[in-house]
Amino acid sequence: MGNVKIETIKNNTPESPWRLFWKGFKKNKLAVSGIVIIAGLFIFAVFAPFIAPYDQDAITIKEILQPPSKKHLMGTDDLGRDVLSRIIWGSRVSLLVGFVAVSISIAIGVFLGALAGYYGGSIDGIIMRFVDVMLCFPTFFLILAVIAFWEPSIWKIMLVIGLTSWMGVARLVRAEFLSLKERDFIQAARALGGKDVQIIFRHILPNSLAPVLVNATLGVAGAILIESALSFLGIGIQPPDPSWGNMLTAGKDNIEIAWWLSFFPGFAIFITVMGYNMLGEGIRDAIDPRLR
Amino acid sequence: MVQYILRRLFGMIPLFFGITIVSFLVIHLAPGSPVTIQTDLNPKMTAEARERLRKFYGLDKPLHIQYYNWVKHLVTLDLGRSFSSDGRPVLDKIKERLSITIFINILSIFLIFLVAIPLGVFSAVYQNSFFDRSTTVFVFIGFAIPTFWLALLLMILFGIHLGWLPISGLKSINYEYLSPLNQLKDRAAHLLMPVLVSAFGGLAGLSRYSRSNMLEIIRQDYITTARAKGLSESKVIYKHALRNSLLPVVTILGLSVPGLIGGSVIFETIYAIPGMGQLFYSAVMMRDYPVIMGELVIGALLTMFGNLLADISYALVDPRIRIR
Repeated sequence: MGNVKIETIKNNTPESPWRLFWKGFKKNKLAVSGIVIIAGLFIFAVFAPFIAPYDQDAITIKEILQPPSKKHLMGTDDLGRDVLSRIIWGSRVSLLVGFVAVSISIAIGVFLGALAGYYGGSIDGIIMRFVDVMLCFPTFFLILAVIAFWEPSIWKIMLVIGLTSWMGVARLVRAEFLSLKERDFIQAARALGGKDVQIIFRHILPNSLAPVLVNATLGVAGAILIESALSFLGIGIQPPDPSWGNMLTAGKDNIEIAWWLSFFPGFAIFITVMGYNMLGEGIRDAIDPRLR
Repeated sequence: MVQYILRRLFGMIPLFFGITIVSFLVIHLAPGSPVTIQTDLNPKMTAEARERLRKFYGLDKPLHIQYYNWVKHLVTLDLGRSFSSDGRPVLDKIKERLSITIFINILSIFLIFLVAIPLGVFSAVYQNSFFDRSTTVFVFIGFAIPTFWLALLLMILFGIHLGWLPISGLKSINYEYLSPLNQLKDRAAHLLMPVLVSAFGGLAGLSRYSRSNMLEIIRQDYITTARAKGLSESKVIYKHALRNSLLPVVTILGLSVPGLIGGSVIFETIYAIPGMGQLFYSAVMMRDYPVIMGELVIGALLTMFGNLLADISYALVDPRIRIR
């Protein structure tokens, strides 16, 4: 009994949620592989001018439609441009679109979800009806219609994807707010005279962000898929700017003679989306038993 | 039960209005009108002729009047006439494409059901086995593959290199000359790749969901009770656990309808299948407003009905829901 060590007591101070999260995260192989992939992507995107062997617009008519070779590791397209270089340059588009579109959707979703969850009543009713209506639309149809009318540009694409992907986040945040609203520490904040805005931003919001993080990560993957689909159909990033999606259009047009034009850009999309999915799942697993 | 259905149907009316408002706003607030498409390339077009064209399409009236007129027609199932050169009623154009898209989607749903549920159930029952882990890998891949990439790869592999499957359309040129059996085989061959592509993502999703669901159920007390009573393991799993795991699966299927409809644009365009998705794509390219709006509304309505069906089947299957 007298041997109760002081060290044991000292070592038992509870670790902050962030530390716990980080420890669990590191152990999760999924999450780590996801981060590795995404880090690689970032390096490609940021250092593109130094990594890419050729210029993205280097048209060489003599070398059109060459299969992969030592000179062009992934072959050349129908205008003689090196596919590998265009893929490296194209990573910039994908990452940018992913981030901005998701930021927009998170901003809208958190705002509406918080409003609905905190104030309840008719505000909640109206917002949730709106969410239901938006969820009824085949999202891709909506996006197609708006973008096609509006002369596509990368910013418009990001805006429209953001405007059509906020519903899931809104529901999540609303659910979190509904449950957190009644907790003791919020009652305490109110009793101490906290104003609504203060309570929302300083107390409830930070605690509700964990699932939003997962949603955001998976959302980046989704946004990248949507942007490439749009570019593939010709209503996204316009050639000659390289986007993995519009490189696949060339793949489709030359499908019988140039398989590499279809394979590599699509593979790039695939790996990127995989990376973000793995990261998102990893975060989800790391968060789950610990912070709840 | 009937009460439940009626309640849901009533609840759909405000949804319907919401859908029409959003569709209308989306189209009319975007810059560029159908008139400009038709007139910009014609040097002989005068300002008055353009104005007459606008009046003809009712584009000069204020927005809310246009909306009111449109909804009035909608309710009588009049979706207007297409702006494209054939000027046919929109409803006809959509109707002839509808059955194809719906057919392919139903086949996809069947495929998903057939494959994903057993996959999920077995993964849960033999958790962490090699089967389970490879299924997880498969699911991840399924989530990450862009459908158009998959479509192209399948085309290259099965259509061009191996020559086993046709790569476009719904039937071969010599369809009429084939025997009925060969006609069936021909249709099936044309549909195989599109259905596979359409179902792929949903397959991954549902097997994952069915796995986590099954895992939860196996840990329930009533399963332990069943085992304690001495029931054979297969009876425990297939008679008791399985039934309960199917419940939420039904709702998931209902929720995946908009995804299937939206995804149809891609594989229909790639495989040259004359369905709703392809119609939408060409209408968008041509700024054919009535067709676009009609498709948006019909797409959303189909989704609503898909959800309603899912809810009703869920209520049918789970008596607890009905008592509300």
